[in-house]
Amino acid sequence: MLRNKKTGLFTGTVIGLFMAISSIAYAQEGPIRISYIEPLSGPFANVGDAGLKHFRFTAEKINEQGGILGRDIEIVAMDNKQSPSESVQLVQRSIDQGINFVTQGNGSNVAGAIVEAVDRNNRRNEDNKVLYLNYAAVDPALTNERCSFYHFRFDAASDIKLEALSNYMKAHDDDVDKIFLINMDYSHGQFISKRMKELVEEKGLDAEVVGDVLHPIGQVRDFSPYVSRIQQSGADTVVSGNWGNDLSLLVRAVDSAGVDVDIYTYYGGGLGTPAAVGPSGEDILYQVSEWHADVNVDEGLEEYEKWFQEFKQRYPEIDWYYHRIYNQMYMLKAAIEEVGDAEDIDAIARALEGMEFESPTGTVTMRAQDHQILQSMYISVMDTDAKYDADNSGVGFRTVAKIPVEQATVETSCNMRRP
Amino acid sequence: MATNTAAGGTNLLKLWPWMAAPLVAIVLPFIFDSGHAINLLSHMGVAIIFALSYNMLLGNTGLLSFGHAVYYGLGAYVAMHVLRGINDAGGEGLPIELLPLTGAGAGLFFGIIFGTFSVRRAGVIFAMITLGLGALVHSSSLMFTDFFGGEAGLFGYRDEAPSLFGVDYAPRRNVYFLVVAWTLITAILIFLLRKTPLGWMANAVRDNPERAQFVGYDPTIVRFIQFTLSAAFAGLAGGLLVITDEIVNAEAVGALQSGAVLLGTFIGGIGYFIGPIVGGVLVTFLESSLSAYTEAWLLYFGLMFIAIVMFAPMGLVGIVHTQYLNWKADDWKGNTGARLYILFAGLAGIFGLICVIELSYHYFRSWDPSAPFPLMGVTVDATSALPWLVCFGITIIGFGLMLFHGNPMLKRKLGAKSDGGKA
Amino acid sequence: MLETIAYSIFNGVLYGTLLFMMSSGLTLIFGMMGVLNFAHASFYMLGAYFAYTFGLGTGFWVALFLSPIAVGAIGAMVERYGLRRVHQYGHVPELLFTFGLAYVIEELVALFWGTVPVPYKAPAALNTTAFTMFGLDYSWFKVFILLVAIAMFIGLWVLIKKTRAGLIIQGALSRPDMVGALGHNVPMVFTLVFAFGCALAGLGGVVGGIHFVTDPGMAFMMGPIVFVVVVLGGLGSVPGALVASLIIGILQTFFLSVDFSLAESIGTLGIEDSGFFGVLWHMEATRIAPVLPFLLLVLTLIFRPRGLFGKREV
Repeated sequence: MLRNKKTGLFTGTVIGLFMAISSIAYAQEGPIRISYIEPLSGPFANVGDAGLKHFRFTAEKINEQGGILGRDIEIVAMDNKQSPSESVQLVQRSIDQGINFVTQGNGSNVAGAIVEAVDRNNRRNEDNKVLYLNYAAVDPALTNERCSFYHFRFDAASDIKLEALSNYMKAHDDDVDKIFLINMDYSHGQFISKRMKELVEEKGLDAEVVGDVLHPIGQVRDFSPYVSRIQQSGADTVVSGNWGNDLSLLVRAVDSAGVDVDIYTYYGGGLGTPAAVGPSGEDILYQVSEWHADVNVDEGLEEYEKWFQEFKQRYPEIDWYYHRIYNQMYMLKAAIEEVGDAEDIDAIARALEGMEFESPTGTVTMRAQDHQILQSMYISVMDTDAKYDADNSGVGFRTVAKIPVEQATVETSCNMRRP
Repeated sequence: MATNTAAGGTNLLKLWPWMAAPLVAIVLPFIFDSGHAINLLSHMGVAIIFALSYNMLLGNTGLLSFGHAVYYGLGAYVAMHVLRGINDAGGEGLPIELLPLTGAGAGLFFGIIFGTFSVRRAGVIFAMITLGLGALVHSSSLMFTDFFGGEAGLFGYRDEAPSLFGVDYAPRRNVYFLVVAWTLITAILIFLLRKTPLGWMANAVRDNPERAQFVGYDPTIVRFIQFTLSAAFAGLAGGLLVITDEIVNAEAVGALQSGAVLLGTFIGGIGYFIGPIVGGVLVTFLESSLSAYTEAWLLYFGLMFIAIVMFAPMGLVGIVHTQYLNWKADDWKGNTGARLYILFAGLAGIFGLICVIELSYHYFRSWDPSAPFPLMGVTVDATSALPWLVCFGITIIGFGLMLFHGNPMLKRKLGAKSDGGKA
Repeated sequence: MLETIAYSIFNGVLYGTLLFMMSSGLTLIFGMMGVLNFAHASFYMLGAYFAYTFGLGTGFWVALFLSPIAVGAIGAMVERYGLRRVHQYGHVPELLFTFGLAYVIEELVALFWGTVPVPYKAPAALNTTAFTMFGLDYSWFKVFILLVAIAMFIGLWVLIKKTRAGLIIQGALSRPDMVGALGHNVPMVFTLVFAFGCALAGLGGVVGGIHFVTDPGMAFMMGPIVFVVVVLGGLGSVPGALVASLIIGILQTFFLSVDFSLAESIGTLGIEDSGFFGVLWHMEATRIAPVLPFLLLVLTLIFRPRGLFGKREV
């Protein structure tokens, strides 16, 4: 029985020490801190790590230019181990530490939990509000049914990407006859499967959907059965929202079986995929994205190309990929400077919504109704001759089409509660 | 196995931990009062209940389950559906304090269903069935989106539900007190269960099933009852989780959760009632805080687990208890110095090992290994040889002294004692 | 339809032989020592990584031999200094030890090689097309996988049935005490069998790492399925492992390739797509495929814990 008390005391003291250290509040004039809540350990650590590099680099550049309201930006990395419940705790920890901004993007399930937690906190806790900046979670629900005044999305939502893609297909109707859909079996993949079929109808595309498969996430090691089905269906086009291993294995299987299809993806340029796919993806693997490295070359964006090269120098193993982080941070800076106060979250949110920003790729707008960014999109394909190859893989991307923002916009049903 | 001391007479003095613990629990949230800390404390309470329920299976009945999170998670899901029902009905319905009971009901229900075929055999077969079941339920969480809410999970609002005592559960501290209340109730119930004939027979079935049969009890029935009760308590913990987190998703039924409760209970000590309590608290704390300080947290977990399995299968409580017994039996006389020497040498070895691990992680994982790296308060350069040599040195010296110098010394001293003092 | 069946069988057999390579070692170890080695798939992973690393220096063919030997050596050390120590405490601690070991190995692999998959690819010689069937190319590497698996099976069978060492192993499988009484060093036999089993897993990794992805998550991905194979086939039975692997490989591939659901085949029968049975009725086979091995595991354990060809239960 002695042990119970002793162990309890010891545990208590240790907890106490850690808690005391972590609840030291920063003065109002210290740096403006942004919590970066992503996996920093475990199987997705490399993705979280890459994003962190992007944020740190951008923060440094902004600080060099004088920071925001003369204050430096500090990125506080927090490891959520890709877990929604852990992320909610980290949001709470950020609030306890006086941090007013959280950013995240990997995993719409995590994003959903964070939106919920942020809303709840801001409702119950008027003095300690927090703003959530989402740079990669594409679930349309976040700017429709689950929209929130305190959430801003800087990546094109899944429905926008499909809108851009289907408009591109409409313009190239002859090249697309039979579409095969293969996606991961969760809301992201299920949405693409459903919406793409609707879009074929709505746009009046001269094509038919000849296959529609949902496969378990991250569990399929051998895609040859699916490739067999693709081949059998006679498809010439594949549309897939797969990412990570699921995408690289799919592309490699298609290539190894010698099947002749064009594969349209969201994440073909994502971390790890170009390296895993290699030159076998050339002229086969397409991606819908808001930017890619060779856009700088094509459009003569010298300043941004310099930014890209500096990032490469700093972090040689990866390349600047998240253009949206650039947009996000500079728009946040503009909003805070417009308000003049980095702690008045409601005002900053009001400044952000409706903001038009001159991004290197053109004007981007943060739509006020649902806090979804509207921007032009690029369809690009893997190319070994691209000026910049992705992550030292030997392949880069070449633009096939630039979709103007009007063709990359979708209506929203969002009706958010505003303070 | 020093598990159950015969309960002789209710000497009130013996009950002092039961008095002290609630008092300490009540005081804690005033000392650690940040939102995150109180959240952590609530989670510890839930983890305690879950671990206690798990030990009913492992420690008391000898059933090793790799899928106990199934009942915890399913209990949480059912409770969440009830809470959402209450929310949708405009905040009318079951009082929030009784919500964990719905979780317990769900745990009991699924425990009965899955228990009918799980418990017919013990040992490795039982373990494998639970493993398979756990994987089954987790995989099907994406299939049945109505119940599981897809990979995003389900939400509920604890402040939009009625309260028996008129308490507002929006503030974290109030939720914490509710958790403490349920933890106490469950702990008392589980403790008392151990003293019932069921509890004793469970131990008998654990130790010698054939003999238990000869006494007249069917081991399968005993296991089944223990299993369903354990599942019920696990479901109760899940129901509480719904109140503390207001979100539930497929992690709750997953392999990681099952692994965590196994780890925690085992590290604490399966042979002791408070083992799971200690283990649950420790694992919850480490899971949440350790990752803030080191990337290597999962490695530490694994190593800790292996170390306990290999060197201290009685768990942390077991180590302390054994040493306490030795001390009481005057075994410490004359060799307290040796024991302390072993302890400190061991700690030094562990310290060195941590340094090596941290250095390795920094060297292999960090963007710029040669950047100055703060290691235990000293700034080092991971690419130079010196910190490596020092850390390896400390590790080798610490463990070396412990194993090759301290241990034989202790053995000699103990030997000398039993030889009547002839050194 | 014929094509689908042909693809599925061929792909299923391929997948099944890979499963066999991973599980043959485990069934030996499991049958011999009653130890459910959670870390078995970790040795498979180590085999892949070692083959990749050695291959960078020596080329694939030398790595093919070096890697299993290295993995076997590690297995021997794990048994000698870890498992043997824990053995005295009973089966449960043995299980837990291997459980913890699996996590530690995964973390160490992630530490040394990184969390990103390594580009472990087939050697150029094997990367060419062997034949084309129904419009799909199959490379020589896939043929190679089959050959290695067959060689493994024959080798094991010969070893166990025809050699003296095999005789001792078979004896120790069912009557360890007697074999010990006859003067054989049973602990040494255990260590050797464990090492050998790990080496087999390593060999599986050399091949599997190319066919699938070589990343730190591969152990936890394949691990559970390997258990299913071993249980279904019967503990200690190598033919059982082969048959079970093929069954699971073909079955899972079929479920993944064939586009059917009960509703589509038999008709909705007025059952709505909601509620537990409704959802199952309408669910496509592809979505059930991940669950299939575990379902088989549970069913086997309930109805025939011995497995198909097993000689004894645990």
